[in-house]
Amino acid sequence: MPLQSEINKKPADHPEGAERTRSGQFFRPNCDIVEREDEILVLADMPGARGEQIDVRFEDGMLTIHAPVPDRREPEAEYLLCEYGVGDYWRTFQVSEAVDASKISAEYANGVLTLHLPKAESVKPRRIAVATA
Amino acid sequence: MPLRYRGMRHPVAQLRDEMERLLTGFLGQPAAGLWSAEGRGQPAVNLWEQADALTAELEVPGVNSGHIDISVAGGELSIRIERPDLLQEGATYHRRERPVGSFTRTLRLPFEVDGNNVQAELNNGVLTITLPKAEEAKPRKIKVAAASQATQ
Repeated sequence: MPLQSEINKKPADHPEGAERTRSGQFFRPNCDIVEREDEILVLADMPGARGEQIDVRFEDGMLTIHAPVPDRREPEAEYLLCEYGVGDYWRTFQVSEAVDASKISAEYANGVLTLHLPKAESVKPRRIAVATA
Repeated sequence: MPLRYRGMRHPVAQLRDEMERLLTGFLGQPAAGLWSAEGRGQPAVNLWEQADALTAELEVPGVNSGHIDISVAGGELSIRIERPDLLQEGATYHRRERPVGSFTRTLRLPFEVDGNNVQAELNNGVLTITLPKAEEAKPRKIKVAAASQATQ
């Protein structure tokens, strides 16, 4: 499929090498990771997911995003083009910065998951006032 | 893996579609998105036919209805999507995979559609466009007249 480029999602491998008991495909959502002064912002393209079903976990510096996506393809219909598959999303990141896990927040709108990972107090940049004599 | 889904169509038909897509983009109109610097690829489409309608579905996360432009003319369905660039000034990008810019896809429709009753719905980043078949394109049941009396 050489004509499709990075606008489209890519299939994911088995999550963390484990085999699954459920059939179906996994997809790796396209992500932006932005570091700001006080937080790390993760944006993930996850069209077709449902906000309340998205599972975000942060454990030992590993951020895992998982969202089940029900198959919405029509079984009876005749497909003229079938260029992408529909399936669950899964992606894991190793977050090296110290993050205040208790303050992680997430929102989902227009098919995009936004995660705010606030930096832990100890690693926030601090402006040191220089005392002048 | 996505090849499995494409496998639903005969490989020769796929090749023909792909060639057609390339040529119409190349010779017909400027293929925004595919060749120009404007975009980074064409959005994938799932297109299926039912008895009375044709449905096109695209995954367009991160856009609202104001960023989508759909038109049906001359037997073609044209979809243009504008993904806003929310570049964070002064922020450091560790990863930047989500494309921004404008993306266009034009599909030749396999039959006449009722252009006045095309409906589009955007739900959680999935755009569904329903194109009802024009009256003349709907399947028709032909009654077979039995000449029962004549054979008697």
